[in-house]
Amino acid sequence: MGRSRRVLAPYLLILPGGLWLLLFFVIPMVTMLSLSLQQGDIVSGYAFTGHWQTYVDAVVNYRTQLVRSLIYGAVTTIVLIVVAFPVAYWIAFYGGRRKPTYLFLLLLPFFVSFVLRTISWRYILTDEGMLLGPLKSAGILPESFNILGTSVAVISGLVYNFLPFMVLPIYVALERIDPRVVEAARDLYADPPTAFRKVILPLALPGVFAGVLMTFVPASSDYVNSAVLGSSSTTMIGQVIQSQYLTSSNYPTASALSFTLMAVLLIGVFAYARALGTEDVMKVAAR
Amino acid sequence: MQSNLPDPSLIRGLTQRRLGRRDALRVSGLSAFAMALAACGVKGTGSTAPSAPAPDAVAKYWAGKTSNGKVDFANWPLYMDPKHPELKKFTAATGVKVNYQEVIQEMGPWFAKVQPQLAAGQSIGYDLMVITNGIQFKQFVSSGFLAPLDHAKLPNYKANADPSYANTAYDKGNVYSVPWTSGITGIAYDPKKITRPITKLTDLWDPAFKGKVGMFSDTQELANFGLMALGLNPDESTAEDWKKAAEKLKEQKNAGQVRNYYDQSYIDALGKGEVWITQAWSGDVFQKNVSDGTDFKFVIPQEGGTIWTDNFAIPITAQNPLDAIKLMDFFYEVENAATLAEFISYVCPVPAAQEQIKKDAAKLSGDDKAAMEAIASSPLVFPAPSDYAKLHYYVDFKTVAEQQQFQSIFEPIVLA
Repeated sequence: MGRSRRVLAPYLLILPGGLWLLLFFVIPMVTMLSLSLQQGDIVSGYAFTGHWQTYVDAVVNYRTQLVRSLIYGAVTTIVLIVVAFPVAYWIAFYGGRRKPTYLFLLLLPFFVSFVLRTISWRYILTDEGMLLGPLKSAGILPESFNILGTSVAVISGLVYNFLPFMVLPIYVALERIDPRVVEAARDLYADPPTAFRKVILPLALPGVFAGVLMTFVPASSDYVNSAVLGSSSTTMIGQVIQSQYLTSSNYPTASALSFTLMAVLLIGVFAYARALGTEDVMKVAAR
Repeated sequence: MQSNLPDPSLIRGLTQRRLGRRDALRVSGLSAFAMALAACGVKGTGSTAPSAPAPDAVAKYWAGKTSNGKVDFANWPLYMDPKHPELKKFTAATGVKVNYQEVIQEMGPWFAKVQPQLAAGQSIGYDLMVITNGIQFKQFVSSGFLAPLDHAKLPNYKANADPSYANTAYDKGNVYSVPWTSGITGIAYDPKKITRPITKLTDLWDPAFKGKVGMFSDTQELANFGLMALGLNPDESTAEDWKKAAEKLKEQKNAGQVRNYYDQSYIDALGKGEVWITQAWSGDVFQKNVSDGTDFKFVIPQEGGTIWTDNFAIPITAQNPLDAIKLMDFFYEVENAATLAEFISYVCPVPAAQEQIKKDAAKLSGDDKAAMEAIASSPLVFPAPSDYAKLHYYVDFKTVAEQQQFQSIFEPIVLA
């Protein structure tokens, strides 16, 4: 009795999570893979034909948006590192007793849905809004100048929305650094820049890596920022997938694009991990 | 020489690796996976060619339906006075409560949204919806998603509606739908930004408005303007014409003319100054001017505009169809049709409403009176036969393949 319970216990522990994943991850993934290989139309139905050509057509037709999304994702991630590192560094080393307050302030915008926050950006950035309106009536900017609808607007929106996801992991990595290690570097005649470069930065890299993982992937596949702040010249692949599913009811193309995006992002992330020399990507990410 | 080796099949059996239990599992796992893949097809519900309903379909559908005292109504924004006076009047007269939601902004997304529920025979949460006579109207009909209307329950419609609506190409005899209102797609512009008068479709290609032009994301609306800009008539156009129109529209896009492709949010973009000139639906512009005090102009271009009809329809899975058809008929009482047209400024399907609006105007004075008289005499609300000469109808697709070809020609313009 006692023994069988001991044998069963691990399985029982994994049961809720396992069922959850089966229902909401494995089954939808298999369905989506199947959908991507089907042919037909929404009225007469789609049937499985193993039609791989859909992948080729989808990638050929929407390669511009696919590449654009990866570029936006990469630019966003780089800007995020540049912006987030000093913030995390400052909170970790100079935050003092107020650290929790600063972290709370960082997370405060999250108490409002990110879609609503992005829409409110629209009102700020719009052509005659509170930012551009006064500049235009003062004659500083030409009447036809606009920020909304450009890639600058979309990338700014992405950076804004994903900022905490970059700050927090870097902060956690920096926070863990034993101050004595830095002191030891100074004692060994490293000047502050060298101590930063040789001691702090390497120790912070896992945090940066986790941050990249948490921002590059969702930023590349995001569709809200481009839909709200962009225009037809900033269309991202997420928008194409959304529109193929929810406007054209073209399930095979939408599914094929989803899988392609997933594959490209996986390859990108693993290549990055290899380049950085991080052996176990997921272990780092889970920290 | 005679070989003394045994039968080759025996050798093969002895030397080759046999399938172990694990391999068998692996193989059966793979084939199970393949079967799972093949099993997740998406069921369609209709034939590709729209067919006439069975003669007893009406009787069959309406048999045993009872009134439940409520109706859920899905409509487009800017399609009723926000205070919903007509709905209040309906509830006061019949006791039926109306849940009115402005959830439709574009036909493609609306069809895609409700299709899975309708295909599964589930309620979509609405008993009455207003849908345009385009591609998706056909898809609703051929999928069998619309309830056949019982005209015995629509006495006001019979008495008061313009009889020409019984003779449309998209729903001959009003089997599934009756018109909510018609509208005209033309050009709206902000005269504060654009000082010269706009008269032509090709003004949307004028480099002076670079980056300030709005176009529709609905492929039919967009395509129609490309076709008419080339002097082609949308409802007689061919696949060759579509390709030429797509080129014309791509040229506009690649020149940086187009700020964005919009659903009904184009009217906000015009209000915020993001676009100065845009494809527009007639009534929206008047409502915007009334509610926000703007002074936008609406024109039907020289080359022509398009006319479309938004129609009442009851989804086949409606929970309260009897209440829904009651509400439908209510809007064809002359008085109600008149108050609705007074507010929304779209083409009214009830001709007698024109007199009613004039009567309503006589009761008013000053600016209100002038505004009301303008509506009664507006060609955009009560077009005269001569006005129709400038208006074109949507492309009428004969087959699903033709419609898919059309979509695949124009979709990349909106998305890319």
